[in-house]
Amino acid sequence: MSISRRTLLRNTAALGAFAGAGLPHIWIKNADLAYAAGGEIKVGVLFSLTGTTAIIEESLNKATLLAIEEINAAGGIKGSKIVPIVEDPASDPATFSEKARKLVVGDKCVSVFGSYTSASRKAVLPVFERQNNLYWYPTLYEGRECSKNVIYTGAVPNQQQDEFVPWLVKKFGKKFYLIGSNYIYPKEENNYCKKLLEKLGGEVVAEEYVPLGHSEFSSVINKIRSTQPNVIFSTVVGDSVVALHRQYKAAGLDPEKMPMASLTTSENEVAAMGGEAAAGHFTSAPYFMVHKSPENEKFVEAYKKRWGADKVTHFVSEACYFQTYLFKQAVEKLATSDLTPPNIRDAVKGQSMIAPQGKVQIEPENLHTWLWPKIAQAKSNGQFEILVEAKDWLKPVPYAAYPGQSCTEKGLVEKS
Amino acid sequence: MDQFIEQIVTGLSIGSILLLVALGLSIIYGSMGIINLAHGEFVMLGAYAAWVFHTYLGLGLLASLVPIFLVVAAFGWVIERYVLSLLNNRPLDTILATWGVGIMLQQAVRLSVGSELRYVQLPPALSDSMDVFGISVSSYRVFLFVVSIALFGATWLLMNRTPVGMKLRAIIQDRSVAASFGINAKRVYALTFAYGAGLAGLAGALVSPLKSVSPDMGTGYVVDAFMVVVLGGVQSLAGTVASAFILGELSGGIAFLQNDTVAKAIVLLAIVVLIRFRPEGLFTARVRA
Repeated sequence: MSISRRTLLRNTAALGAFAGAGLPHIWIKNADLAYAAGGEIKVGVLFSLTGTTAIIEESLNKATLLAIEEINAAGGIKGSKIVPIVEDPASDPATFSEKARKLVVGDKCVSVFGSYTSASRKAVLPVFERQNNLYWYPTLYEGRECSKNVIYTGAVPNQQQDEFVPWLVKKFGKKFYLIGSNYIYPKEENNYCKKLLEKLGGEVVAEEYVPLGHSEFSSVINKIRSTQPNVIFSTVVGDSVVALHRQYKAAGLDPEKMPMASLTTSENEVAAMGGEAAAGHFTSAPYFMVHKSPENEKFVEAYKKRWGADKVTHFVSEACYFQTYLFKQAVEKLATSDLTPPNIRDAVKGQSMIAPQGKVQIEPENLHTWLWPKIAQAKSNGQFEILVEAKDWLKPVPYAAYPGQSCTEKGLVEKS
Repeated sequence: MDQFIEQIVTGLSIGSILLLVALGLSIIYGSMGIINLAHGEFVMLGAYAAWVFHTYLGLGLLASLVPIFLVVAAFGWVIERYVLSLLNNRPLDTILATWGVGIMLQQAVRLSVGSELRYVQLPPALSDSMDVFGISVSSYRVFLFVVSIALFGATWLLMNRTPVGMKLRAIIQDRSVAASFGINAKRVYALTFAYGAGLAGLAGALVSPLKSVSPDMGTGYVVDAFMVVVLGGVQSLAGTVASAFILGELSGGIAFLQNDTVAKAIVLLAIVVLIRFRPEGLFTARVRA
């Protein structure tokens, strides 16, 4: 077989690419030193700026960048600047995984802040576990995950529902209509809700899932009319939230008699549906924009100043903001030569700070976050009014709906 | 019994929204044979136009309907004139071109006004509900029903009772013979495409207060619109109306008895099976070849 010029070229190019990717690991004995090279600490910022979920992820990107800019303006972390490397995964799980690999392996980021949907988190998980890097996930989610390579700063089901469901039963009644979008998050939340209702003697009159992006709720509204629940428990997400609220309002249903109780409706969705469609309905979350605290006033003011006076902050963007500060605190504890993702993970265990919502802390056992549950009612001016604030912060229990299982420092433990 | 009537009325409402969205596609597909994949983006442009008129000019939705129609129609005219008319008789390339135009429109909107959801106000006069056959129905949904029937009527008149419509029908039958009688096919095509695009824009503006406004909202609508047109039969306006209401009743009914996920799957399956045995759709205008 003769070697043509073309194959030769191709093979040489491949060899070059292989050498480019492979050599640094072989030749630099302590490759981890590169994590804090030249007074710069590189972190990845991985939120979709295009595609379906860009609607919300754009604000997460903004909150993260705001925190990084603030930290840098105040002198960085022990003199080193945080350098954000922003990638756009385009709302596509496969692209998430590809970009995560680029940030971790190619750019050698010491941590990555990212993801809104569970699907995208699941897609990048193998990258972070295999490379032993660290992913910071700000979204409330369904729990039932126990990774040593993810810091979870959003609420898990027990933190959103333990206060909320008993309160709803007491105030409105025991008949619940469960409606969610058709994927894992609403199903897990409803699992937990059903458990709580069982204990309280409640009744589920219907459990229903609509396709993601669904926008025609007239049949759902007819069913709600015919089953007459006391509470419509909603885990519908994205633009469907907007359509559901608007059609509920247009159909002439009354939030005073049959309110929607949501785990997913934030200031962001309210702005899109208009205050008149949101007014009277309830949301449970650790943070609302109207929460009164000096930290929150500072956050809201800085956010509006940086990104525009018409912008809103919400319970996921708040988590983006404080988790970046928790990252800073963890890195501060480490000597520059010790700066590696696993060391940051160990340093962040038990770290606490006063976030806009109140004092938060990373639980050493499961790397989730102690948060302050709140129940709020939407007003016609597009903001919420906080009705109930938890007296105490609440421990994250990611396996709350699965009594036999718990997430510990050793990983997932099953009690038989 | 009440529930039954309630469900029928719901089906009519879903059907009227389907009709509204499909009408523009039906005109373009039926008369020009162009599979316009950018249809959903025209719907989206209409919704954004409503948002712009409301937010920046303070115009209510009802007052801005005519300008929205004109703006989106102008977009359609430009696209027909400078993209599609250059691809005459190349159906595959046309599909690809409209798809590309759609993506470009989507990204252009995303880059210029951002990707967050936008708010279009429900006209205050129509924000209550009213009684229809003893059933409480949203006034706005009743309004949409009336508008969709009116637009269908206007379109039918335009096609069958005006000189432009007659020329268009002549071109559909035989373009070269029509041209030899002095009909400017290029101009008629451009006008037709603009009209179809304008209708799509109106549809987007009209549904925006009930649903949500985002750069990729068109994707869902274009699928719905194609289902309606394919089921109804190409080149048959009446078929489009009938199939819109059949699909509305069907998906509303199944969603009530089961849920929306099942309804979507069954409706799609029903269409696939039907097309297998009646590829020309339910209603076909017999045209002498």
